[in-house]
Amino acid sequence: MAKDEFNTEFKLVGTRPNRPDGLDKVTGRARYGADMTMPGMLWGAVVRSPHAHARIKKIDASKALALEGVKAVVTRADFPTGLTGEDWNLQENSMAGDVALYDGHAVAAVAATSALLAQDAAALIEVEYELLPHVIDVDDAIKPDAPAIRPGSADHSVPEGFPPNVVRYIDYGHGDLDAGFAAADLVMEKTYLTEATHQGYIEPQACVGQLGADGKGEMWVCTQGHWFIRQMCSAVLGLEVAQLRVTASEIGGGFGGKTMVFMEPLSLALSKKAGGRPVKLVMNRAEVLRATGPTASASMDVKIGMTKDGKMTAGKAVFRMQGGAFPGAPVDSALDCAFANYDMPAVYHEGFDVLANRPKAAAYRAPGSPMAAFAVESLVDEMCRELGLDPVEVRLKNAAREGTKASYGPTYNKIGLVETLEAVKAHPNYAVPLGPNQGRGVASGFWFNYNGDTAVSMAIAEDGTAQVSVGTPDIGGSRASLAMMVGETLGVPYEHVRVNVVETGALGINEPTHGSRATFATGKAAVIATEQAIAEMCRRAAVEWDIDPDAVEWIDGAAQPAGPNAGKFPPMKIGEIAGKMSTTGGPIAGHYEGFPDGVGVSFGTHVVDVEVDPETGHTKILRYLVAQDAGRAIHPAYVEGQFQGGAVQGIGWALNEEYVYGEDGRLQNATFLDYRVPVASDLPKIDTVIVEVPNPGHPYGVRGVGETGIAPPLPAIANAVAAATGQRLRHLPMTPVKVLAAIQAGQDG
Amino acid sequence: MSKIHVTTTVNGDTVEFLADPRETLLDCLRDRLGLTGSKEGCGTGDCGACSVMLDGRLVSSCLVLGVEAEGKTVDTIEGMARGDDLHPLQRKFIEHAALQCGFCTPGILVAAKALLDQNPDPSESEVRYWLAGNLCRCTGYDKIVNAVMDAAAEMRGAA
Amino acid sequence: MVEINLWSGLRRFTDGELVVEVEADTIGKALDALIEKYPGLAPVIEAGISVAVDGEITTAGRNIPVRPDSEVYLMRRLKGG
Repeated sequence: MAKDEFNTEFKLVGTRPNRPDGLDKVTGRARYGADMTMPGMLWGAVVRSPHAHARIKKIDASKALALEGVKAVVTRADFPTGLTGEDWNLQENSMAGDVALYDGHAVAAVAATSALLAQDAAALIEVEYELLPHVIDVDDAIKPDAPAIRPGSADHSVPEGFPPNVVRYIDYGHGDLDAGFAAADLVMEKTYLTEATHQGYIEPQACVGQLGADGKGEMWVCTQGHWFIRQMCSAVLGLEVAQLRVTASEIGGGFGGKTMVFMEPLSLALSKKAGGRPVKLVMNRAEVLRATGPTASASMDVKIGMTKDGKMTAGKAVFRMQGGAFPGAPVDSALDCAFANYDMPAVYHEGFDVLANRPKAAAYRAPGSPMAAFAVESLVDEMCRELGLDPVEVRLKNAAREGTKASYGPTYNKIGLVETLEAVKAHPNYAVPLGPNQGRGVASGFWFNYNGDTAVSMAIAEDGTAQVSVGTPDIGGSRASLAMMVGETLGVPYEHVRVNVVETGALGINEPTHGSRATFATGKAAVIATEQAIAEMCRRAAVEWDIDPDAVEWIDGAAQPAGPNAGKFPPMKIGEIAGKMSTTGGPIAGHYEGFPDGVGVSFGTHVVDVEVDPETGHTKILRYLVAQDAGRAIHPAYVEGQFQGGAVQGIGWALNEEYVYGEDGRLQNATFLDYRVPVASDLPKIDTVIVEVPNPGHPYGVRGVGETGIAPPLPAIANAVAAATGQRLRHLPMTPVKVLAAIQAGQDG
Repeated sequence: MSKIHVTTTVNGDTVEFLADPRETLLDCLRDRLGLTGSKEGCGTGDCGACSVMLDGRLVSSCLVLGVEAEGKTVDTIEGMARGDDLHPLQRKFIEHAALQCGFCTPGILVAAKALLDQNPDPSESEVRYWLAGNLCRCTGYDKIVNAVMDAAAEMRGAA
Repeated sequence: MVEINLWSGLRRFTDGELVVEVEADTIGKALDALIEKYPGLAPVIEAGISVAVDGEITTAGRNIPVRPDSEVYLMRRLKGG
């Protein structure tokens, strides 16, 4: 049972203290991936394929190795062979084997005594290629006659006779689809397209790796999850996992893109070849865009049936996604999210994971959900317009609630979609009158949230302050929310709790800060660990008082006799118990290792007002509202920050951002000038409403807030543009060129 | 390639370093002087994470060569606080939760200080356009703009 | 006996069955029983799946108890960003 079912009076939870790492981060002291220098350190550089698909005939590094100060060159020949499954994919992506699979694919790496020298040496490594036919677009890649990128990589899910680049196939659903469509007054079916976008973290991948001939190694790396880095590097290089010790630096954004390895194994391979000297590898922005995880591009057919009073009777989604030259486009979670907002009697989903000559996709904030939301929430809006129905009322009428059978199968527990819809209806933004060329769009979105392998240890220091050791890097203020939950549980001031993100040698395995899990899973684990320490402190007091430990309770940071029968003793404060711990039984600590249960899913609803310039096709965001169910906001300012950041990434996806490829299969826009993420002057204030439908599975009701917010902007803005222009854009991004063309086509038509 | 001796003033201190003529001021600050507060997000002047003041002018230090700093004055994020006294912008960024990952924060603070030094009472729109060269991927800029406006108000004595 | 709900793509491996009854009191035993009944499911389950028990999705659930009235769904493995 959630604590708040007994108690909603919190001292810390729900307040807005300064984050504990704030001072380091406003003074430039915080150390990120590229900020580390080690004694004897070398610098690395990577040679990358300029071709989308090419056989590597020969690599000649003799000129590079002849340069004074060049210490090592590695190619795939320096890696172990015989890997299978995802380990092989990671190795193949870290360094091309016989074939370079995309523009930017690493083919060799070099280490030298300075960064410039390493770059000079990389330019001297000669690679002879034989060009192979390539394919970029998902709808081209799925054709039966498309160039087969990696024959034999389809898994068990793909039936015989499918096109060569289909590597996973998914189909599922429930209910009578035909009967559902037959019961509808309006059935619409449309195709929607989204382009690949990049997570766009401002800090490029960076690491310092060291690996000796004894197989022992160390790494300093910016990552969302250093245990994942350890496991993946070990797999790629054939190391014993525990012999590699990985320390996470501060991380300059990740959004899913820093949950797997890219060039990190190369620093270790170079180090080993250079006699164990540490090797620093820092990507430049072009490398980040060409060779680290963008998300998938998608081509999606959606069909929905609706009665004339707005009841949804059936839905069908067929999604094709390419996630680069490796399996892993998030087509399954996209399908799971597609109709998750709705209580529908019949749904059917079909998905194709398709290979293309592009970089290996990485997770990006609610993987798959934004594309699915764009397709489904756009079509729902089209149908509302066709039937003259209010989009919020239609969503309320069909909204999933507690007890609804989810589109992906199971039955929902307590959820807060309806509350987010009611929140936007009641918000002043929803009532602002609109002018000419302006339009309002509404859309909802969903994400599961996630728990994952979690190990936490907490300990009481001699003066009664507390330390918490966690394995989830702090990307957006999780040290603050963790310190608040531990302080609340322990009954001590927030400032008395120090949360440390510790290295892999210090804890059992931890999954990354992904799946919106840090405050949920690490938080729950930290609370359980704290409760253990509290139980031990109660026991120490009981021994002192010579009463039964069960007769001691913990209130406001002190052990106290539980009721008058327990005896009459003054409260024994945490500082007193801690000060005596060495003479009362030694260290006082608590720990948690497990997979915290009780994940609560999260819904959000966004409302956006836009103005479209009919002369230029430019879309300006006038006002923006996010209402999302947080379960409970531990630190509301950072919850708002997640809502706002997610919304703005979605705005970029909707309006600007896309991977642009030339005919030659090369990425055309591998700079921040050309891959244009939203800037401050593009945006209005992002208004937020934190809806709190507490998750009964977490001691403070947390659901996880990081991901849901990126899904609704794509359709909400498309819906607003349709309202403003009368034209429906079904292909993101809605660049001025596309919007203008749609307006002109509408006028001509 | 032989290196060039550079003498310059960084955050009030006279410093010397040897720079390869191809090295940027950002490289020299970070790798020659150990001032890693300025960050490289793009290396092409698009993201603003490397913003510093060069002779009182806001620049992307990734677009300035290290040797160009000879005889000049450089001010970086490391020099913004006076001892333990944070600049109001630094304090307001913490109070307003205007940073998530914090990687863009040094550059944004340097750029925002440059704005307030020349315009103590900017409108929200002026703040947004001034900071349009500083990318932040985490926050959506909302709380950054609030923090800058609040710091400006406090510095004017209006808060 | 507990009912395990499969996704429809798995029908190829289960003689067309979408709901399979197995004798089990934990998720782990249920999965083992599924594989015993339909060996074609082995690569699917070994590749990694999520399981939803009474609406809560988990990927590490072998020791999670299931009762005869539990609602159990196999799902594709979840990842997050």
